[in-house]
Amino acid sequence: MSSQRVVVTGLGATSPVGGDVPTTWAALLAGTSGARRLTEEWADQLPVRIAARVAVEPLEVLDRVKARRLDRSGQFALIAALEAWADADLDTGSADPERLGVAIASGIGGVTTLLSNYDTLLEKGPRRVSPLSIPMLMPNSPAANVGLAIGAKAGVHTPVSACASGNEAIAHGVDMIRLGRADVVVVGGTEAAIHPLPMAAFAQMMALSKRNDAPEQASRPWDAGRDGFVLGEGAAALVIESAEHAAGRGAQVYAEVAGAGITADSHDIAQPDPVGYGATRAMRMALKESGVEPREIVHINAHATSTPQGDIAECLAITTALDGRIDQVIATSTKSMTGHLLGAAGALESIATVLALRDRVVPPTINLDDPDPTVKLDIATTRRTLPSGDIAALNNSFGFGGHNVAIAFRSA
Amino acid sequence: MASTEEIRSGLADIVNEVAGIPADEVQLDKSFIDDLDVDSLSMVEVVVAAEETFGVKIPDDEVKNLKTVGDAVAFIESNQAA
Repeated sequence: MSSQRVVVTGLGATSPVGGDVPTTWAALLAGTSGARRLTEEWADQLPVRIAARVAVEPLEVLDRVKARRLDRSGQFALIAALEAWADADLDTGSADPERLGVAIASGIGGVTTLLSNYDTLLEKGPRRVSPLSIPMLMPNSPAANVGLAIGAKAGVHTPVSACASGNEAIAHGVDMIRLGRADVVVVGGTEAAIHPLPMAAFAQMMALSKRNDAPEQASRPWDAGRDGFVLGEGAAALVIESAEHAAGRGAQVYAEVAGAGITADSHDIAQPDPVGYGATRAMRMALKESGVEPREIVHINAHATSTPQGDIAECLAITTALDGRIDQVIATSTKSMTGHLLGAAGALESIATVLALRDRVVPPTINLDDPDPTVKLDIATTRRTLPSGDIAALNNSFGFGGHNVAIAFRSA
Repeated sequence: MASTEEIRSGLADIVNEVAGIPADEVQLDKSFIDDLDVDSLSMVEVVVAAEETFGVKIPDDEVKNLKTVGDAVAFIESNQAA
């Protein structure tokens, strides 16, 4: 493997707090929650009736005919990817299609298409099932549709590792570039699972907050009163490319994707390892691959979903991974505002990490009114400033199945 | 029973919904694939919607013969329930 440097040159997102990256970033810095009471009739019978829907409905942005051939997750992915593509100034045709790849992850895939067509099958019979069902619901559909939209002819991939998927897609894109399989890769994640079945199923796992009467206060990572995550939806995409390719075309550079670490707990299908050993190893691997020393890490965008067990295990893991050198680290949880975007979370939070490095500012973790006494990290509860000079940050994502993916970023 | 023009107009609305082609471009001499950007999966959508709208059954084996809007209109017209 070459030691090819990989840089971030474009960003795109549609999230619960904004329809694009500038709006999302401004909302995160302002401490805005995207969680709301669900107004759909089906929500009334569920134990959890809150979620973080996208701020801008995709049909307000996408062409109607294009949109009807995509699952909601594919709609989100296309919006995010095309924003990133234009932001990277690649919509002018400066990338060789055969050196252009895609890695867009999803945790759950086209679940709303699958379930709505099952409803149609039961109510109206097989003749009425949409012939587009399979190309819409297959988990690789968002990646494939992004590939079609930008003309990508190197590999088009869909890593699936539950809530670590978005970060795994970034790691995969870095590998593609370092292995010489592509010069430019559009990486990211998407998720559209706010539907009664996944909502009921996550609630049955005791994974979701039941703070139905105060949705904006429901996602409260590291707070003593946390009782589960808030399901979010949306997509985020980053254009990454070899530093050489970016320099060759005079591209803007947000940050460097310095390295990634991927491990598995092999502990339990749903519960995190209580001391977070797998997470520790992922962070250490990311540091080693990137050549970043623990003392250089000034910021961590934590996975921190607001579940009782996970938030604590991650704190222990961070402390161990940095050899106890946590005094210089400011941590935050984007999910306190956006809820948990599952397969899109790692990608959206990587964008937040990259912008934190560029703008030297860490968005707050909201709702941290009564910090869990076992948490020893310095967590931003207001907007915090990062130091000047060369700095580095980690973004963590962990998923059901025991997947741990940490990405190390360096300031540009 | 619907007239030829009523069937063409109804089909035009369906093609507009499925493929986004302006309804007034959906004329009898137009090919679904070559002129109207209706791919094979969209054609299945058009056929199923036409079956529902006009109360006809269009067998899978027949779909390949419906190359133009005129072919589809003629098939529907001759297979409508009296």
